[in-house]
Parts: sequence; structure tokens; C-alpha cells
Amino acid sequence: MADRPITYREALSAALREEMQRDERVFIMGEEVGVWGGTYAVTRGFLDEFGERRVRDTPISEMVIVGAAVGAAMAGLRPVAEIMTINFAFVAMDAIVNHMAKVRYMFNGQFTVPMVVRTTTGGGKQLGATHSHAPEVIFAHFPGYYVAVPGTAYDAKGMLKAAIRDDNPVLFVEHSTMLQRRSPVPDDPDFVLPIGKSDIKRQGRDVTIVTYQKGLEYSLIAAEELAKEGIEAEIIDLRWLRPLDLEPVFESFKKTNRCVVVEESLPMFNVGAEVAAQVTEQCFDWMDAPVKRVSAMDVPLPYAREIELMALPSPEKIIRAVKEVL
Amino acid sequence: MAKPTKDTLLDWYRQMALIRRFEERCAELYQEGLIGGFLHLYIGQEATGVGAVAALRPDDHVITAYRDHGIALARGLDVNRVMAEMLGKRTGVSGGKGGSMHLADRDLHMWGGYGIVGGHLPLAAGIALKIQYMGEDSVVLALMGDGATNIGYFHEALNLSAVWKLPVVWLIENNQYGMGTAVHRASGAKELVRRALAYSSEDGSGMKMGPRIDGMDVLAVYQAVSEAVEYARHNGPILLESLTYRLEGHSMGDPQRYRTKEEVEAYVERGPIGRFRKYLIETYQGIEKTLDKIDAEVLQTIDKAVEFARNSEDPTYEDLISHVYAD
Repeated sequence: MADRPITYREALSAALREEMQRDERVFIMGEEVGVWGGTYAVTRGFLDEFGERRVRDTPISEMVIVGAAVGAAMAGLRPVAEIMTINFAFVAMDAIVNHMAKVRYMFNGQFTVPMVVRTTTGGGKQLGATHSHAPEVIFAHFPGYYVAVPGTAYDAKGMLKAAIRDDNPVLFVEHSTMLQRRSPVPDDPDFVLPIGKSDIKRQGRDVTIVTYQKGLEYSLIAAEELAKEGIEAEIIDLRWLRPLDLEPVFESFKKTNRCVVVEESLPMFNVGAEVAAQVTEQCFDWMDAPVKRVSAMDVPLPYAREIELMALPSPEKIIRAVKEVL
Repeated sequence: MAKPTKDTLLDWYRQMALIRRFEERCAELYQEGLIGGFLHLYIGQEATGVGAVAALRPDDHVITAYRDHGIALARGLDVNRVMAEMLGKRTGVSGGKGGSMHLADRDLHMWGGYGIVGGHLPLAAGIALKIQYMGEDSVVLALMGDGATNIGYFHEALNLSAVWKLPVVWLIENNQYGMGTAVHRASGAKELVRRALAYSSEDGSGMKMGPRIDGMDVLAVYQAVSEAVEYARHNGPILLESLTYRLEGHSMGDPQRYRTKEEVEAYVERGPIGRFRKYLIETYQGIEKTLDKIDAEVLQTIDKAVEFARNSEDPTYEDLISHVYAD
């Protein structure tokens, strides 16, 4: 079947619809997923198509949205629970970290937890300090579940289908400012991407940029600018923070000997810190410069547009960082 | 509700005695250093666990908090394997990876003990959702301590169960203290079962408020929970409260500054096992010998369980790294 360009939002929607059609045990629950059609319109039309049994509006109760999904999954269903934005996932942190992640291990494999928590991340929308986090890295700290961070429509579809089909819990983090981005996506209902595989989004020889989601978008822009000056950046899209696949990063680094990590997370204990540590451990003999990090600034995000953007990564900041390591 | 036969009553007596002796032995093993971590004993609460679990069918479900030894034994988990879990052995019900607070047996629909106060209440709702989703007619019995009624999980899980009409019996084991804080010092509603009103409507929809039960009387617990289970099976969620008492400290090494010796002694007098024994002797002539025999057998069972646990292998490196993820 021919790939056709669709939006990130349409890709998510298609993945959910196809998996619900394929497997009766798959259902969705969360705030405004039904009558409203999803606050980001991902589940629009689902209530009519699948009915109230499988499209379940919940109260504003993040702890029980995640916790009940854990119980339902342990009992044999395959819930896709939606936490409207990752800012609200802090409220459900115990359900995610102590229950979703651990019931399998703690009871020695007696329980399987095939569930997905879908949520959205990202700043830059003038929503103020409490609604503008990109804290997915915090959630990637814990073993027992996977963390998906798709950056294109193609990846969004193939990764969400993989997440729903997998027997492990997955925190599936979508980027709230990338829902209109288009890319060609297969119609094939069995198009599924592997879990825990990063992807080279641009080939280059001079510097390795490791990134995901918004950082990917900005890095691609930065790379085009750098190319005009003869600097060719290789861009590796992590796609999953857990399992974290750094093999392509090491391979690339051995060629470029330089690395910049770009993310919307805060600077302390972030993805860049992990990548820098592992690159140092694995590729010390190939290092020509310290690993450079581009992240959000170490402040809560403000409302005013000018200073909010000042705190976030940008193509200009990436270009500057690349030039520093060259 | 079937009236329990003499054999059934004797089995309850055996279960209660087994739990009591199991807990006493655990306390000794803890002092010897063979059990580590926290150890929350069920001594004093045996009638609640045994009476409540007896009200379930085999295809029903049970889930509880961290004071879970009594519930696990009442549900029929193998006493050898429960003891092995206490000692952190790989033959334990959770392979030695769960410990005292995390006993589960999927085959027996015992969905586990949980260490975070209230953390299991949403799980109970989710298990009940599966029952409803699949059109089954089983019920989830979710036990919790009085302390759990004050945490956000309680509100969210009970409210959702009322909105979705989930088949859950929510049973508060009110042992009078959340750790060292008395119920009246921690809860606006001293009668905890009244919390059900917050999730019910004037037209009778929503959560049903069940009775406050004498939790020291196994027959009363059995009867009330049986009625609640039938209600939940056909109508949706119901909240009950069992008034019981923890005769030991919250965990080992609790100095118990929050209550007097006299108070504890008064409850010892009213203890559930002595009371049930008295009832049986008054009801069935000449049963005393049978009860003594059960007492002796239970001690042997515990001895064997300890021997089994002591002789079991420790978990290995393979155990350490297995079951983090499903394959």
C-alpha cells in the first residue's frame, strides 16, 4: 500500500482506531476522550464508532485513571489510558512508578500489565509554569515500563501500535506542538515499528546531534543552516527514552568525534547527561570535544512569549552549540 | 447466603488459629533476624479477614493493603510458600522479591498486598472494570485500613466505582489507628462507612452505604460481607466497615505510645479467636477436643512451614533481574 502524508494527530488516531478494531480488549479511558473527542481531537468520532463501553470518559482523577488501567491490564484487558498532559502525570506518579512499573516484578512475574498511558508534553504555548513541562526524562528513570517520544507522524503511528501490542506498560508521550506535522505514513494495518530503536533522521560526517521530538524539529532546521556553511550534521532521533538505544549514537560518534544533545527538558540530570556519560564510557578514544547539551534553561517557564522562548531550545542555540564543539 | 455448616465453622476456626500462630512465629523469626524489612501483624483482626474472604466464591477476587498475611492465608495461599516469602526465599509466593507486604497468588485471584496506602484501590476498580467489560459476574473484595480512607486514592477509586457501577465490595478494616494516629484524630467522619454518602445520590444511585460490622465476630463479618458481595454482584459498589483492633503494634518495634496497656488488654478479652471458640463450645457439645486437635495441628503446620522456608534456596542473580519486563 502506498504511504500517504498525514498529520501526527491523524497518525495517532489511525493507530488507536486500527488497534481497537483489531483487538476487542483494547479500550480507551481518560478525561474528555469520549463526548469531547479528546482535548487534542485525537479520539474524535471514537465514541460513535466504538460506544461507551470502549471509549470511557473519566472524572478528573489521574491517580485512578492510571491505577484502574493497571488493574484492568493485570486482569487481561489492554487499556489505553489518557492523561491529558504530562503536567498532570505528576499527580499520578505513584500509580505509574509504584504500581504500573512494579506489579510484575514485585509479584515475581505473576502479573502482566499490557497498557499504554498516552499523554502530551512540551512548552512554548504560553501556558505558564505548571502547564509547560517536558519532564519525560523523569519518567524514564524507572525500570518496568517503556517511554516513547515520537517526533514524526510516521513514528507516532508505528510506535503507538507497537506500544498497544506489547505486553509491557508504555508511557507514550506525544508533543503538543507537533500535532499538525505531516509525513508519509503506511496505511497497512500491520505497520508496526520496533520498540526501543532510535533512527537516523539525517546523515552527516561532522557532528552527531542526539535528540527527539521538538529537538528533532529544531535540529533539522539547524542542520540545513549548517549545511550552507559546509557543516554536515548527523541527526539521531532517539524515539524511545526507554529502552534507550544508543548504538547508532556510538557508531555515529566514532565517525564524527563530536556530539550535541538537544532536548526540551531542564538541564539537570537530563537526557544529555545520560548520553554524555555513555558516550564517554563507550567512545572515550574517539572524543575530540566534550559532549555539549542544549536544553531548556533552569527556570520554570513563564507566560510572556518573549521570555518563554528565551528559556527553550532553538535552532540558533543548536547552531551555536555545534560550532562550539567543532 | 448459605448457613455455614459445622465443618465450615471448624475450618474458619482453623484458619483463624493458623493466622494467629503464623503471626506469632513471624514475630519470633523477626527477632531472630530471619525476617527483614517491615512486618505488619494481623493479630486481633483474624475474624475480619477470615469472615470476609469466606463470603467469596473461588472466581471472585481479593486485594488488600500491606497487612496482608491473614488475607493471604484465608484465601488459601500455601502456608509454606507464604512463610518462604517472609524469609525471602525463591520458593516464596512472590519468589522472595515481594516480602511480607507483597503476597499474591494469581491462580487464587489474590491480587496482592500493597505497600503504598490506598495504592491498590484503583487496581481493585480496574479489576472490577474487567469483570464488567467482559460481562462476567464475579466481584472484587478490596480491603483497606482506616488510614487509607484519608488518602486521595480512596476518593478517586470509590468515586469512579460509583460512576461506573463497578462490582466492588470496599471493606474498611477499622483497627482504630492509622499507624499511631487514632481515627477520630485523622478523619472528619468518625464512622468511616459514612464516606459512602459522598458517592451516593438521593435517588439511591451511586455507592451503597453498608453496615458497620462487629469485626471481632467472624459470623457477623461473614454474614454482612456475604450480603454485600451479593449486592455488588448485581448492583454495583458498596462500602462496609469492620470494627476491629490490632493487638500488636503497627509494625515491629512500635513503642505504642498512642494507647494504654489497659485499652489493649480490654481488647484481648474480646479477642476474636477466644470468642469464636467459646461460641463453638456453647453451640456444639463436646467440640472442645476437636478444637484442641486443630490447635495442635496448626502448630505442626507452622513448624513445617518454617522448616520448608529455612530449607529453601535463596533467590539468585537470575531472580534479581527477571520479570522487570515481560518477554
